Amino acid sequence: MTEDAVREYLARYDGPELRLMEVCGSHTAAIAKNGISDMLSPRIRLISGPGCPVCVTPTAYIDRLISLAETPGCAVVTFGDLLRVPGGRGTLQEASGRGGDVRMVYSPFDALVMAEKEPSVTFIMAAVGFETTTPLYALMMEDILEKKLTNLKLLTALKTMPAVIEHLLENGAAVDGFLAPGHVAVVTGSGIFRPLAEKWQMPFAVAGFDGMSLLRAIYVLARARGRGEVFNLYPQVVTEEGSTVAQALTARYFEPGPALWRGLGVVPASGRLLKAELAAYDAGSDGLNDDSGTNEACCCGSVLAGRMSPPDCPLFGRVCTPLTPQGACMVSAEGSCHTYYSYHRR
Amino acid sequence: MTDKILMVHGSGGEATGELIREVFGRAFGYDPSAPLEDAAVVEGAAGLAVTTDSFVVTPLIFAGGDIGRLSVCGTVNDLLMRGARPAYLTAGFILEEGLSVEVLSQVAASMAETAREAGIRIVTGDTKVVEGRGGLYINTAGIGLIDAGEALPSAAGAREGDVIIVSGTLGDHHAAILGERLGIRTASRSDNAPLTDMVGRLKAAGIACHALRDITRGGLATVLKELAEASAKTFVIREEAVPVTPAVRDFCGLMGLDPLYMGNEGKLAAVVAAEEADRALALIRASRYGQDAAIIGEVRGGEPGTLLLTTAIGGLRRLDILQGEGLPRIC
Repeated sequence: MTEDAVREYLARYDGPELRLMEVCGSHTAAIAKNGISDMLSPRIRLISGPGCPVCVTPTAYIDRLISLAETPGCAVVTFGDLLRVPGGRGTLQEASGRGGDVRMVYSPFDALVMAEKEPSVTFIMAAVGFETTTPLYALMMEDILEKKLTNLKLLTALKTMPAVIEHLLENGAAVDGFLAPGHVAVVTGSGIFRPLAEKWQMPFAVAGFDGMSLLRAIYVLARARGRGEVFNLYPQVVTEEGSTVAQALTARYFEPGPALWRGLGVVPASGRLLKAELAAYDAGSDGLNDDSGTNEACCCGSVLAGRMSPPDCPLFGRVCTPLTPQGACMVSAEGSCHTYYSYHRR
Repeated sequence: MTDKILMVHGSGGEATGELIREVFGRAFGYDPSAPLEDAAVVEGAAGLAVTTDSFVVTPLIFAGGDIGRLSVCGTVNDLLMRGARPAYLTAGFILEEGLSVEVLSQVAASMAETAREAGIRIVTGDTKVVEGRGGLYINTAGIGLIDAGEALPSAAGAREGDVIIVSGTLGDHHAAILGERLGIRTASRSDNAPLTDMVGRLKAAGIACHALRDITRGGLATVLKELAEASAKTFVIREEAVPVTPAVRDFCGLMGLDPLYMGNEGKLAAVVAAEEADRALALIRASRYGQDAAIIGEVRGGEPGTLLLTTAIGGLRRLDILQGEGLPRIC
């Protein structure tokens, strides 16, 4: 198929209505950046799913970080995009303004340097992410053990993709196919989506991040409607089995456990927790299952479950903007609301 | 003179005199026999353009430039964008105790050289020393001369049918600085440069830019959105036509940033009449720092204050001014 033929097919598609979900925040942003929604026939709808790790993190996790940051002798180490996420008791940024010790880093390995330099401070790494990020925390754990550091712990909110996709489908998500996450598939392999595709008889297309590869993936999903197949359209970096090195690293230090996804509830075995024998390095990650306390009208939960498009939330663009976010989806650059707002995506 | 700046260098006494003689006097070449007056007395013109800017960048010296060159270029370019000839510059230095005198001398020499290149004279300055960790901040104010009867570019000047030109690749300065700060190796070098030659050539050829802006913080999208709003027009640009180096494109891909919102320190956007566009482009390309210039779009009637991007794959995207800081993503 030539590029023009793909564009033509998608613009003129008049088959049964197609609902395709992307479950990767970078795809959500790439779709908006390339102006893809407006290139599709009105009969093809793209729905954003729970693809932003910060956005699916419950308020109890943020609140726990805040109380750790405000504990004398403790410092919370985090990436920038968590700073402004509202928990039930405000944000980490506000906690920092009140005198809480919050250190922003660009790499988790900066935390190791801090912990060595300041042995009297207990550092808590806010470890949030999907399959792509977890191996980094495994490497960090390896260094902690090797250097015998006792003042660096993890507060984890690590999650995995296939389990939450299964959960969405079991709960009746009206979806006809998935744009499978390209970065996650680098680690897990495209094969991880095969059981889901076969069980639910719907296509999965592992896609890259430039405009044309997204259009091709949507085209493939439209043509394969109703077929339980996995298409690897990102073969430059994605293989069937993925990175066995990264998988082994993760398995060495982490084990599956239940995780609360904002808007979706607790999904069994969808989380990754430090193994029981590493409990001394965990800052209380298990059981952070409360997700209340943000603006009651915030619809992040429905947005993340694909039940609502961001502009349909009553707060969207009115009280909730990137400068005054009411929910996590408006904070993160990977969040659906932030993307729809910034790029005027429809 | 000592290797490091000490609090005594801000005393106003002998040590201050030594600092001014040894560092600034040497770099800016003032006559030590002439009395040190309280103010410089300079020639004027029919109209004067006045602007000021403060520079707080870290690191002080980076790939392709330094805070001194930056502090001249930023102010010179602001004068040029209003159609003025840069004439006089003031320089205020806030030095933190512990600053290396060698670094300060290097920065001062770079300012002097950039000022010569830009055709502006540094006529007066000030120095203060504060406690701190060896940092350096510079404020510059510039005065530009405007001849009587000259047609000046204005933010509201864009007309339907005009063509939009950018003078070169986008995001190089931002990528160079962020890369150094984060310890990420990148081939990007800051583009900090005075655009005197570029703007001078346009003026000499009689090309009247309807709007002219240097593309600094907030990036191209922010600048064009502001021009579209001020002129109540729709601006349409083509993604494929916007020049970006592979190094910046890769850096943005890695960091989740967008070249359209990356800062620059030696690039401009010019809005010119369609019939003058090719000539303007050729003049900019022939000028210093303009070899990668490109026509990237045009001004239409349409909805007032709108900036649209036709994407490489044929989609259409509405662009806004920069929201927030564009923090690096985590996955």
